[in-house]
Amino acid sequence: MTTAVSASPPGPGRPAPGPAADEGLARRLRALACTAPLHDLDARKANLAGEYGTYSMAEVALAAIDLVTLHMDFDTGADHEEIVARLLPRVAAQAPRRPAAEHERVARWVLENLINVGSVDRGFRAVYGTFGPDGEYVRRDYDFKLIEEVPGPGGGVYLRTTDEAVNVLVGALDTDVTSAQIAAEVKLEVLVSRGRLADAQLAAEQARYRTVQYAETLRRTLEATRRNVRAVDWLNDVPDMIAEALDHVADRYRHENAILTNIRRARDESPADRNPDHKLRAAELVDIVKDCIRRHTQLQSRLLEAGPLFRAEQDRQAFAPPAAGAGLDLYGQLLAPLLPLPVERAGKVTDAFFARGTGLRTPTAVRLGDLTEMLLTPPAPREHLGAEMPEPDLVATPDDSRFSEEQLEAARELLDLPADAPRRLSGLLAEARRRDPDLPYLVALLAVHAASPPVGTAYRQGERRLLFAVDDGTELDDSEFGGADLVVGTALLDAAGMAADRTEVAS
Amino acid sequence: MNEHGPYGGHDGYGGHDEREGPGGPGGSGTQPPPEPGDRPGHPAASGRSAALTPPDAADAARLVSFGLQPRLLPARDAEYAELLRRYREEPAFARLADAVATGLGLVVLEVSPRAGMAVTAAEGSVFAVRMGDYARRATSDSTDRFLHGLAHLAVAALSFPRPEDLADDGYVGRISVNGVDAFVRQACRRLEERAGREGENTDPASDAPGLEAAWRVYTRRSATGATKDSRRLAGSTTGIVARAAAFLADSGFLQRTGDEAGGTYRTTARYRLQVRDMAGSAAMTELLELGVVPVGDGSATLLPPPDPDALEPAADAGLPFHS
Repeated sequence: MTTAVSASPPGPGRPAPGPAADEGLARRLRALACTAPLHDLDARKANLAGEYGTYSMAEVALAAIDLVTLHMDFDTGADHEEIVARLLPRVAAQAPRRPAAEHERVARWVLENLINVGSVDRGFRAVYGTFGPDGEYVRRDYDFKLIEEVPGPGGGVYLRTTDEAVNVLVGALDTDVTSAQIAAEVKLEVLVSRGRLADAQLAAEQARYRTVQYAETLRRTLEATRRNVRAVDWLNDVPDMIAEALDHVADRYRHENAILTNIRRARDESPADRNPDHKLRAAELVDIVKDCIRRHTQLQSRLLEAGPLFRAEQDRQAFAPPAAGAGLDLYGQLLAPLLPLPVERAGKVTDAFFARGTGLRTPTAVRLGDLTEMLLTPPAPREHLGAEMPEPDLVATPDDSRFSEEQLEAARELLDLPADAPRRLSGLLAEARRRDPDLPYLVALLAVHAASPPVGTAYRQGERRLLFAVDDGTELDDSEFGGADLVVGTALLDAAGMAADRTEVAS
Repeated sequence: MNEHGPYGGHDGYGGHDEREGPGGPGGSGTQPPPEPGDRPGHPAASGRSAALTPPDAADAARLVSFGLQPRLLPARDAEYAELLRRYREEPAFARLADAVATGLGLVVLEVSPRAGMAVTAAEGSVFAVRMGDYARRATSDSTDRFLHGLAHLAVAALSFPRPEDLADDGYVGRISVNGVDAFVRQACRRLEERAGREGENTDPASDAPGLEAAWRVYTRRSATGATKDSRRLAGSTTGIVARAAAFLADSGFLQRTGDEAGGTYRTTARYRLQVRDMAGSAAMTELLELGVVPVGDGSATLLPPPDPDALEPAADAGLPFHS
């Protein structure tokens, strides 16, 4: 059964560490094993056909794990091709003279080895030994994955980093998710206040990994709730968990906004001549923290959906009219007791279920005569193109637009104001009237539309400038229009600091 | 063989007894004609059942052959519907059809307008599905064999999540391939977390792979994987579950309803019968023989176990709290 060290009489020669001491050792051995695939890459690159010695495979692998972790979203994971594409610059930098095809081959090779495509489990296995409670030495298999493939919503396959990979990457091998994140952020705050930005960036990145990991834990729990209300304790566990998570989000949000403000100040106030690198780092840091905030917001909206989701599922599952007589409870009586069993014994039960649960197949009985004829019959030619498509009968619809394209063009040109010189609507109307008597209507329409400009949308779409109109209380004196004499101008959108500064429109 | 529960309105003729199947039939006219008083309004029935002729045997065999086409619905085929009516109205014809089925190595689960002539393969019958035909790897690899069996059990468990669903004639379950996989993974994760909390070392001994915990085998297998020709990786757990669902759809147990989430299906009347009367009880017997589950009375199964230390996952699986 087990690989037992010969049962020699217990004497002073035999090391007899207690199970407790051994447990810590086993944990460290497992942690150590997680790094093995990375070392292995460099050891095995010699086996690749070609000269691959110049590439540092472990570095590429760590970069790949970083990339996948950062691209993991709430719902899906990272796209395989995108990861390869983003790895390429690093691979290319390692051997700039080699052809691009080779760089791609290296990137793919590393990624596939991290998934371990060759094995059926697509994972890694390390063997280590422990002493059992009775002093017996047992070799055990530790199975782990670094990057796993998960199904995406559209039927595609996405990549996610496993907890093992994140732990190896962050370097905290056996820590609590929440506390590690808090620690990382406190560290960041201190570092920023002392102006040590290089360290601050490292800490911020660590905080982001932790954030992703936290979101992942919550995602799993919510998913289970959706599947089976009864499988989750909605009396205590889940409400507690949700309350805790909401507190966490609120807390982190406040925290990270404070950090953001601090770093921004550091970025904007640090003299450019003293250390240009400093400014750049701060800007990167701002991006990272903003990404954290985005992830928290996403997490929060999921958390808020959880309650209604539970109630809807409860209605569907629990309040249906009871059927006459209860039957076998497949999950509670069969599946759940089965899973903790050793696979040898569990297999007997699943075999029994399979044998009786698959129904029947009618065996095929072939006559030799039919078979010969079937094999000799030439395949029927298939119509490749199908029936002919009828020519569609298109009718030109009359152009009933109120304004012509030229008018729109003219109005746009009129409203294309320099950012530092906004104008009154009355002036614009008068100018428009000189060009075309119909044009003022269009200009007025566009101006009114600009009174509440969709800043968020424009920002998301990456617009550089946006038309806006403000009412400063002046009455409009015009022969055709009434209302406020709006101040119309153009705002330049700051692509970097937009999220926080969106309300500060130039006036 | 069959423990027929209440079948709504049509239990009178659906119920039958296998034990008298092989011996009783065949002899025509040896049965006394049923009392006409039983079925007022069906004069034809009492007249025809007086003597069974070879054409009746042909009809009975024809009915069984309809039953062998699980995807054929009685509502779509007038001849099938007519033979079903005859089965339900003429006890002698019913016994004849049952005998034909038994002789072929089939078990009759139910005969009703909804499920048709629901037959399934008896043990060792030529109609039985063998694991080796089902998945080639499963014959050599006990892990794969277990995963394929587990996939079928999990599909059934998600199709009928509550005991009431399995007992309810009109219940239609809906599953998706990814949903089944995620469900089993979640259950496995709970066990993993529990083992972690208890400080248990679940890594199996290298030379005794059969002692590895079942949940660990499932967790270890990857959920999906990209292949060169962009098909689903057959050996991944979603691949295995998809294989089970597609196979059950071929058996007339599931109907495919869509492609999202790896493929969505809904259950048919036959599947409920098959799971309740055949598979569920067979697996249950096997599990009891392993001495795992305390014998329940078939109701309120999801309560915490009386002995929390027993190998019973209900409490730690977070399972129900309400009775």
